[in-house]
Amino acid sequence: MRYLTDRKRAEGKGAAGTGTEHHWYMQVSAVGLAFMVPVWLYVFGSALGKSHDAVLATFSHPFPAILTGLVLFVGMRHFAKGATMMIEDYARGSAKKGLIMLVISISYAVIAVGFYALAKLAL
Amino acid sequence: MAEVKRVERPLSPHLQIYRPQLTSITSILTRITGNGLIVGTLLAVWWLLSAAISPEYFALANGVATSWFGDLVFTLSAWAVWYHYLAGLRHLYYDAGKGLDIPTAEKLGWACIIGSVVLTVITIILV
Repeated sequence: MRYLTDRKRAEGKGAAGTGTEHHWYMQVSAVGLAFMVPVWLYVFGSALGKSHDAVLATFSHPFPAILTGLVLFVGMRHFAKGATMMIEDYARGSAKKGLIMLVISISYAVIAVGFYALAKLAL
Repeated sequence: MAEVKRVERPLSPHLQIYRPQLTSITSILTRITGNGLIVGTLLAVWWLLSAAISPEYFALANGVATSWFGDLVFTLSAWAVWYHYLAGLRHLYYDAGKGLDIPTAEKLGWACIIGSVVLTVITIILV
């Protein structure tokens, strides 16, 4: 019988080096989004389908613009980490790494494009 | 003592003859709706960008966003948001160690499905 400690057996099979941080981030962002998303749906849904001038007017107000920025940032980070979980379940090796890099990149790209649009609409 | 136990365990039933359960279906739907929402997000952000660029570009993106295709994407996205929303709240409740017995879990599953449809209809009426 080999006397291995629990730690020795767990080493090298770890939780991606960050333990529960990932899960905790999902819980925190979920609660934040739970408050913001219903209001944002109303803001966005009301603006969609209106004329260009009306859309410009909506997003030049502070509340719709700031809320949209927040929902976009928190939502896309929540998406990146959620999609990472899915990829970790279904893909292996280099494909896994590549796909995780891809969804993180998409998440930041969407945030950047959204912020650029909001800045231009607001100013 | 600290040795890993090697026990002959029964294999899980083959996926094709495994009766789908409400709890497993509502769980996988959470993942599908959450990841699927990227489609609606891309369309929404493109629409927002076009409004910032020029009236001509807005006319193009707005045309797509309000076409039958845009309506389809945004209606499905509205349902996906609400389903993911309710299932996410359920997940937080599970994470607190509550509602894990089968009768409660199945009730919560139905609450997610029915609640998401009701909230989607309310959203479409309101906006």
